[in-house]
Amino acid sequence: MSATTAPWPVASIANPHPPVPAGRVFVALLSRDLRVARRELPFFLIRTVMQPILFVIVFGYLLPKMGFTQPGYQAALLPGILALSLMLASAQSVTLPMVTEFGWTKEIEDRPLAPISIDLVAIEKIVNAMIQGIIAAIVVLPLARLVMGPVPGFTFSHFPELTLVVVLSAAAASAFGLLLGVLISPQQIGFMFSLIITPMIFFGCAYYPWRGLDVVPWLKYAVLVNPLVYISEGLRASLTPSVAHMPFIAIIAALIVLTGGFTWAALVRFRMRALG
Amino acid sequence: MTAAIVTEGLRKVYPAAGGLAIPGAQPGWAPSSGAQPRGGGETVALEGLDLVVNEGEFFGLIGPNGAGKTTTIGVLTTRVIPTGGTAWVAGADVVRQSVTVRQRIGVVPQRPNPDRALDAWENLVYHAAYFGVNRKEAARRATELLERLGIADKARMKVDQLSGGQQQRLMIARALIHEPMILFLDEPTVGLDPNARNSLWEILRDLHAQGRTIVMTTHYMPEADELSDRIALIDRGRLLALDTPENLKKQTPDGSLETFFIAKSGRGWDA
Repeated sequence: MSATTAPWPVASIANPHPPVPAGRVFVALLSRDLRVARRELPFFLIRTVMQPILFVIVFGYLLPKMGFTQPGYQAALLPGILALSLMLASAQSVTLPMVTEFGWTKEIEDRPLAPISIDLVAIEKIVNAMIQGIIAAIVVLPLARLVMGPVPGFTFSHFPELTLVVVLSAAAASAFGLLLGVLISPQQIGFMFSLIITPMIFFGCAYYPWRGLDVVPWLKYAVLVNPLVYISEGLRASLTPSVAHMPFIAIIAALIVLTGGFTWAALVRFRMRALG
Repeated sequence: MTAAIVTEGLRKVYPAAGGLAIPGAQPGWAPSSGAQPRGGGETVALEGLDLVVNEGEFFGLIGPNGAGKTTTIGVLTTRVIPTGGTAWVAGADVVRQSVTVRQRIGVVPQRPNPDRALDAWENLVYHAAYFGVNRKEAARRATELLERLGIADKARMKVDQLSGGQQQRLMIARALIHEPMILFLDEPTVGLDPNARNSLWEILRDLHAQGRTIVMTTHYMPEADELSDRIALIDRGRLLALDTPENLKKQTPDGSLETFFIAKSGRGWDA
């Protein structure tokens, strides 16, 4: 089993290995996460696509066919469903692994041993989650469009705005997911879904436009704490701009502020948990 | 002789568990029950620890549960920020140059923490990639290490399918794949059966014979006695004695390290 000769030379303090550039370590961490994501792709797609598509079938196909919704509802619904997919996929791909790795298996301890700052280890988690959120949105969009049929006012003519909204939304949702992942213990996962995720979904203006809440003014302002509101409205502003929506500049500003705030809080907490 | 590790007045005080405490949030290297609680609920894990470990030395850090062994390893491996004092590891400061320290050390944790989303082989190859080792070289080293550690046939197994001893060997392979100058092992044989323990000792002797600096914590006296060039005996975060096993044993009538500890600390080994 053992040999008596060194398989490779032992580095010494006088003759250390050269430092590894942080970018290279970052890419290695990301390639590990993408490797795991690729392996779990079928489960990822089922987890991410199932709920939005079922919702599209009921609210975007069956109810309009039965005449229970007003014409044009699909134009408000489609961006909302995309927003939901993007947010859930981003957040889930970082929250659950973080809760498990910090709480149970402690396997996260492996990566803070990599020769890179702890903050970059955390930021890599955000970038990985962003990629998964964007993939989910790209998969759900054609499926939803297919189920719903023609959506009035649907356009790709605001592509630069759409790209900006998608990237910022993925960043905000992923940073939020990381924050949840480092705040919550494994025992609290059930509470997280009941008390945080479910209300976010229902009051995230995914199933109705924010301007529709003019009829309940207090709620219209109360939901502004919910990041999903800006993701839904941002996608409405860029995919179905004919639907009344929040001012674009306000959406972008809110997404930037939320991304910054969530990232800052998540990094503080990540450092506390990764370092004693 | 070059010093691989130098600590001066190293202190670590854990704050009282307050509003920020989260169930399950305690890192694996937090102090265990024997550490010193202080007024206000603070826990003093290290109380001014001075150590020098020479390059190429097999250094045993021994003490009962809660002595401060795991906190010491935590500070030296950059995962615990000291409250006071300084520590230099492999030529770099553990706080200000933590990234450099991490690049130069390998760590085998008390409880195996392999990446459970990957198989044994991938655990090694990805870990090597974090340290800038290219894929081809990482593959060569992974094959060689798995072979040397006697788990080559487990390369493609999910780590959950490996036994405790096999996971511990995988942790050693992971700690070695980026050619660290210093290898840290925290209670590496806890939970291993005598056979697995003996073969692990053989591996450690072999690594030491190659000139690698090894720092190992244990509360199992025969292990420290068997492997270490020098032993630091610590209790309640303080250094009680530091010498070769032979010299320490000479100081007791029955030649036992345990008797030596009891005489020095005034309490039993399992206190």
